[in-house]
Amino acid sequence: MTTATIPPAPLHHGHRVLMKGNEAMAEAAIQAGCDAYFGYPITPQAELLEWMARRMPEEGRPFVQAESELGAINMALGAAATGARVLVSSSSPGISLMAEAMSYMAGSEIPMVLVNVMRGGPGLGGIGPSQADYFQATKGHGHGDYRVPVLAPSSIGEAMALMADAFELAEKYRTPVFILADGTLGQAMEPVELQFRTPPRVAADWAVTGADGRPPRVVKSMHLEPEDLEVHNRHLQAKFAQIAAREVRWAGEHLDGAELVIVAYGTAARVARTVIARARDDGLRAGLFRPITLWPFPSAALAEVAARARGVLVVELSAGQMVEDVRLAIEGRTPVAFEGRTGGMVPTPGEVLDALRRLWAATTADATRPTREARP
Amino acid sequence: MERSVVFAGFGGQGLLFAGQVLARAAMDEDREVLWIPTYGPEMRGGTAACTVIVGDEPIGSPVVDAAWAAVVLNPPSLAKFGPLVAPGGTLVVNATLIEAESGRDDVDELRVPCTRLAREAGDDRLVSVAALGALVGRTGIVGPDAVIAALREILGRKHPEALEADLAVFEGGLAFGRAARAKVGPAAVG
Amino acid sequence: MTTDTPAGARVIFERPELLADRSTHYCPGCGHGVVHRLIAEVLGELGLGPRTIAVAPVGCAVFAYDYIGVDFVEAPHGRAPAVASGIRRVRPDAFVLTYQGDGDLAAIGTAEIVHAAGRGELLTAVFVNNGIYGMTGGQMAPTTLLGQRSTSSPGGREASFHGYPIPMTEMLAIMPGVAYAARGSVADAPAIGRTKQYLRRACEIQLEGRGFAIVEVISNCPVGWGMTPTQSMERLREVVAKEYRPGVIVDRTKEA
Repeated sequence: MTTATIPPAPLHHGHRVLMKGNEAMAEAAIQAGCDAYFGYPITPQAELLEWMARRMPEEGRPFVQAESELGAINMALGAAATGARVLVSSSSPGISLMAEAMSYMAGSEIPMVLVNVMRGGPGLGGIGPSQADYFQATKGHGHGDYRVPVLAPSSIGEAMALMADAFELAEKYRTPVFILADGTLGQAMEPVELQFRTPPRVAADWAVTGADGRPPRVVKSMHLEPEDLEVHNRHLQAKFAQIAAREVRWAGEHLDGAELVIVAYGTAARVARTVIARARDDGLRAGLFRPITLWPFPSAALAEVAARARGVLVVELSAGQMVEDVRLAIEGRTPVAFEGRTGGMVPTPGEVLDALRRLWAATTADATRPTREARP
Repeated sequence: MERSVVFAGFGGQGLLFAGQVLARAAMDEDREVLWIPTYGPEMRGGTAACTVIVGDEPIGSPVVDAAWAAVVLNPPSLAKFGPLVAPGGTLVVNATLIEAESGRDDVDELRVPCTRLAREAGDDRLVSVAALGALVGRTGIVGPDAVIAALREILGRKHPEALEADLAVFEGGLAFGRAARAKVGPAAVG
Repeated sequence: MTTDTPAGARVIFERPELLADRSTHYCPGCGHGVVHRLIAEVLGELGLGPRTIAVAPVGCAVFAYDYIGVDFVEAPHGRAPAVASGIRRVRPDAFVLTYQGDGDLAAIGTAEIVHAAGRGELLTAVFVNNGIYGMTGGQMAPTTLLGQRSTSSPGGREASFHGYPIPMTEMLAIMPGVAYAARGSVADAPAIGRTKQYLRRACEIQLEGRGFAIVEVISNCPVGWGMTPTQSMERLREVVAKEYRPGVIVDRTKEA
C-alpha cells in the first residue's frame, strides 16, 4: 500500500521543500549521480521505486522494475560491475532475498548503495516501521566473512545527505553500503533544504567495460583454492579494519554532564530527542548518543560517554538488537537498560520517559556505585 | 513547542491531502513540520489517518502520547482518536457523519457540518478541506493565508480546475471555526 | 597469432585469438570446451572481443572467464540474465553475452531467464544443456531425460516421482521479446558447424538490436552420465537429440 503525496515542486539546490522520505532519498540519489536504479515494489518503500520510475527516464538513465528482488539486486550487480553508480531499494523481506547478491558483491568488491526501509518481521510480518533488521544489516545478511558500512539517518534531510556519502563510501572502499531507514522515515514528509551533492567519480580500474586495448578483467568472488581464498579474505578484512578505523560516525545531544544516556538511531532517536527534552524539563540530566554508522559501530566514543553516566537506555523499534553492540562497547562498566516495541509499533515518548525514570531510580538506588548529585 | 494534529476518517475523504496542506502551510511560515500517514497496523476498518506535527525546532518523535488536536471525519475515528486528544486540546468532529459526541468535557469539541459546508461551497467531496478550515479558524495553528497559498501551490500544479472549489470550501470552514471561536473564546492550548 | 608455417604448408586449424592458450579444467570429452571455442571463434570473427562483457554462471562453466579472453562478471547461481540485463542498461555499446548450464538456467534461474527474455533484453544467451548437475557430482537436472539415471535419481527419472524434463528453449521461444531461439549440438562435426552458425546469428541479432537471442547447445557429460566420451557422444546423437531436437526454433527477424 502506498499513500498519495502531493506532486513535487520543482527541485532546486538550496530550496526548502516538503518531501516524503522515500522520494527524498530517490531524488538525492539522482542528484548524487546515480547511473541506474533497479527495484521491486514493496511497502513501505514503493514511493522510492515510483519516484525513480518517473525521474530516471527524465534524466535519460536506466530504471528497471525487476521480476523480483533477486532480479533487481543482480541487475545492480551487473551494472555496478561496469563501474556505474547504482542504487537499489527494498524493505525487509526483499532485503532477505537480496542477501545472496550482497555477499557476492562484498566478495567481488562491487560498490553499490542499498536502501532498506525496514518493516516489522519476521517472515512477511507487517508493514509498520521497524528496526528489526539491525542484525541483518550489521552482522550478516549473506554468507561469508564480510561487513558493509551501514548508515542510519534519523531525518529526511539527513537521509538525503547520507545518500551522497553512501555512494562515496561505496566507491572509495569498493563495497556495498546500506542505508538503514524505517517505514516512518520512508513515509513521513518533512521540509528539507535541498543540498545536492555529486561525489567525484573514482576511476574504476577494475570494472568490466570491454577489454579494449587492455587485458580482460574478471569481477568475481570465487577463489577455489583455500590458500587463495584466505589471501582474498585477509585483503577484505584489512579493508574492513580500515573502514572501522576511519568511517565511524555518531552525533550527540546534551551529553555534557549527562547522567543518563539514551542510545538510539533513526526514528527511535527522534523519539529519544522528545523524551530528553521532557526529562530535562523534569530535572533529569539526560543526553542522546545517536550512532549514524551502525557498522562500524561507534564503540569507543560510546564507551567514553557511558563511562561518565549513571545509566544507559537503549531504545529501538525491535526486541533489542543494537543493545548487544552497546553492551559490548560498555563492557559492563555502566548499567544498560532497554526499551523497545516490535511489529511495527513505535515506542511513545511517554513509554520511553517511564523507562528512563525507572533506570534513574535503579541506578541511584544502587549503593555499590559511586553516587553523584544528580538533580540540579 | 510542538503541536500535533491527527486527521482521521474514511479513505477517500481527503485526509492525507488536508494534512499535507497543513504541513505545507506550516513550512511556508518557516516552521518545522512532520507529516506522517498511519500506514501500519493502526489502519483498520478502512480508516485512514495522518499526523501533522508543527513546531519551532526540528520535530522529534513522530508518534505522540496525546494529540494537540484531532480532526475526525467518521465514527470509528472519533472512537479511536477522541481519547487521544490532550486535555485542553481541540477535537474537530464531522457532525454530518458523526452523531455521537466524544463525551470529553476537558477538550474543546467543535462539531462541524463538514459535508454540508463542502456542498454549499461547491463540492461535497472536500470534507477534509472544510474540517481543515474549521481547525485553522478555531485554533490558528497556521495562518489562513499560508493555507490558501499552500492550496494554490499544490492544486495549481496538478489540479488547477479544483482550486476554486477548494478555496471556497476552506473559506467556509474557516468562517465556521472563527465564529465558534468568537462564541467561546480561544481554544488553543499549550 | 603468429605460427611458424613450413614452406608449402598452410594453416587450416588454429587456436582462436580469444581462446586462452591453456588446458581447461573440464573432464576429458566434455562439450563445454567445444562451446567455448565456438564462442571465441564467433566473437573473434565479428570483432567483438574488445566490447564484449560476458557473464559466467555457477556450475562447471564458472571458469569460462579463464578460457575466453573477454571481460567477465561472475554471477550468483542462476542470476546471469539479471546481471547481464544490468550491464546492458548501463552499457548500451557493449556486446553482452551470458553463458549458463541447465541447472543454472532451467532450475534456480528460471525467473531471471524468463524475464530477461520477456523484456526482450538485447542479450545473447548461451545455454549448455547436458541434462545433469556436473559440478556437484551428477545430480538430476530439470532437463534430465525420463529414465536417465543420476546420483539423485538413482533408479532413473520417473515422471510420476520426479516430474518431467523442462523444454526451456521452446518455452522461451513463444515470447515476443525473443528474436531468435535455436538449439545446436556438439555431437559431431556437422552439428558443431551448425551450432556455430546459430551462435553467430544470435550475436548478429544483438548487434542489429532485434531482441533477445538464445542458443541452447545440447552437450554431454561423460563422467556424470557414467560413460566414455565416445559413448556419451553416441547417446547425445541417438537419444538426447531425439528429445531436444536441434534446429532453429524461432526466428522473428525473418517474420518481421
